[in-house]
Amino acid sequence: MSELIEKFIVIVVLFTVSLGVAAYATYFERKVAAWFQDRIGPDRAGPFGILQPLADGGKLFFKEDFIPEKAEKWLFILGPGIAMFVALMTGCVIPWSTALEFGENIVEMQVADVNIGILFIMGFLSIGVYGIMIGGWASNNKFALFGAIRASSQMISYELAMGICVITIVMMTGSLSLKDIVNHQHGFWADGYFTWNVFKQPLAFIIFFICALAETNRAPFDLPECESELIGGYHTEYGSMKMGFYLFAEYTSLFISSAVIAVLFFGGFNFPGMDNFEGNTLALLGIAAMFAKTFVFIFIFMWIRWTIPRFRFDQLMHLGWKKLIPISLINMLVTGLVIAYNEGWFN
Amino acid sequence: MNLETIAIILGGLTIGSALMVIISKHPVRSVLYLVLTFFMISANYILMNAQFIAIVNIIVYAGAIMVLFLFVLMLLNLSRENEPKSSIMVKLSAVIAGGTLFTVFIAALKDGVAVAATTATDADSIGLVESLGRLLFTKYVLPFEMSSVLFIAAMVGAVLLAKREKQIIE
Amino acid sequence: MQSLTDRKKVVGNKEMTFKEKLYLPAIFKGMGITFSHLFRKHNTLRYPEVKREFAPVYRGQHVLKRDEQGRENCTACGLCAVACPAEAITMVAGERKKGEEGLYREEKYAEMYEINMLRCIFCGLCEEACPKEAIFLTDRLVPSTFERDEFIYGKDLLVEDVNLRIDITKRQLTGKRTEK
Repeated sequence: MSELIEKFIVIVVLFTVSLGVAAYATYFERKVAAWFQDRIGPDRAGPFGILQPLADGGKLFFKEDFIPEKAEKWLFILGPGIAMFVALMTGCVIPWSTALEFGENIVEMQVADVNIGILFIMGFLSIGVYGIMIGGWASNNKFALFGAIRASSQMISYELAMGICVITIVMMTGSLSLKDIVNHQHGFWADGYFTWNVFKQPLAFIIFFICALAETNRAPFDLPECESELIGGYHTEYGSMKMGFYLFAEYTSLFISSAVIAVLFFGGFNFPGMDNFEGNTLALLGIAAMFAKTFVFIFIFMWIRWTIPRFRFDQLMHLGWKKLIPISLINMLVTGLVIAYNEGWFN
Repeated sequence: MNLETIAIILGGLTIGSALMVIISKHPVRSVLYLVLTFFMISANYILMNAQFIAIVNIIVYAGAIMVLFLFVLMLLNLSRENEPKSSIMVKLSAVIAGGTLFTVFIAALKDGVAVAATTATDADSIGLVESLGRLLFTKYVLPFEMSSVLFIAAMVGAVLLAKREKQIIE
Repeated sequence: MQSLTDRKKVVGNKEMTFKEKLYLPAIFKGMGITFSHLFRKHNTLRYPEVKREFAPVYRGQHVLKRDEQGRENCTACGLCAVACPAEAITMVAGERKKGEEGLYREEKYAEMYEINMLRCIFCGLCEEACPKEAIFLTDRLVPSTFERDEFIYGKDLLVEDVNLRIDITKRQLTGKRTEK
């Protein structure tokens, strides 16, 4: 029973942290955008404007909850729900740190150590597009439909290259569990080389990162909602908190994707010199390292958004199918050959 | 609530959503119910401790193939007005074909032995990645490789069909 | 044709080199540029607390000046109305009565003087045309209202108060008038 309560606490904490990070990512995004453009950004609500997300949330809550007359009512409501649900679900297989000890209780900093963790994430990422598609179609608006169609074709194109990059990591680790993948990158330096996957698979990292940009619909791949062509894309007809759910889902998946990149390529909660610590100190430092890496990636996501202009759709397809997939396939093949050589297959 | 009740409820939901696929009037709704059915099937897999197959089912069917289905349906925007009219003959032949398939299924199921849910068995790793991979690359290596060759053939065919013929300018 | 600047860039469909095809170097370069902006001074003015100063030649709401003794300068000659390209100014001239010498400088004065602020384009030609240094444009903004009638400013709004003189010395120093 106590185990259930422990898990429940971990889930609630993760839920709150995800939502909090997502809320403050909106604030941070506006600040980063302002800094890049020599402005100040929001600074009115509270000191330095840190209450801005609350003000935005309150505004969204008190707006009129509007459903267009010719929309499919239930699907229209279901769309943002799915988007939010999927974005929050992905977080539960990510290992945030080593176990914390409270007396006799050992609390794992991971909601579920599924032995197919990375596939779980891929699966939920691929479902995430349903939220956009259903919402866009149910709006009964041509721009929303365009957004939905773009989202689906973009998602399918980039999922392949992403999956192949994940396969290279899985081949090197020999496990689909995210915990094993992290433990495989223990520390920072071992046997005369870096242990983190990014130093072993730089190409896979770059491709994975590009695909993560596309999967989270971030600029330069934000074609499903590109406001200069499609008004608001799939959420053109949405307002109030349903719109807020879409925005929240986008920022939550930004947070989760950053965490996944940190886990897969940057050693998760590992940090240089981690062998000098143990027990709770290690776990807390691990959480700090994990979150530091995640926030760095969130910043890089924003940095890219405010630097690079949006792709044209044919360029997007061209990049996905003709560049990224062949490169990642070759990368996978070479990785396989190197692994086979190290195992002594050619002797 | 034991596993059996869960299995029965889940089975009922699966069949229910599968029926909704046929009953729904709008094609997009049918597809969405089909997606729901795939999720139900995945849940059934998880109940049988086959996590890998469950998640691959979601990734491949719900995540990729159904997205394409939905994509095409949304693009075509099918509705009752532009539905092609089917003649009595077509309807009749459809009923006959469906009925035959149904009879075959019933006949096959009648002789089949109900296999108990494997969760209770001691084989903890059944359906997990390692055991599945081992089986695929030893006992079932030939069918596995054959199906991959089939897939490559299909891919090459699709590329060939999609490729526009080069116009020769004289 | 010879170009006047050296900023012209010849565009062509030349084949990109491998490095250019990779895009990544260009992207990193762009990201470097944006990153350098992180540490630049921001250009934002926190408005209600800090206000940007108007340019000395800013042309805002008009004022009808009085002289040192508090007499209205305007003699209703009508030159401003003639000069006005938007025909925003109208006036009715009146004759100064006995005992009004403290109010009006000259024998003729404007009984009524109206500027339609919706028509006015704030070009400042009235100011240039005025031979009596009576009308000036100031750095005050015309406030918005809900009714059109309220934009027609009469003498009550245009003539400066004797006790609350409008300062236009900065304008006189920078404008054309100093050259005379």
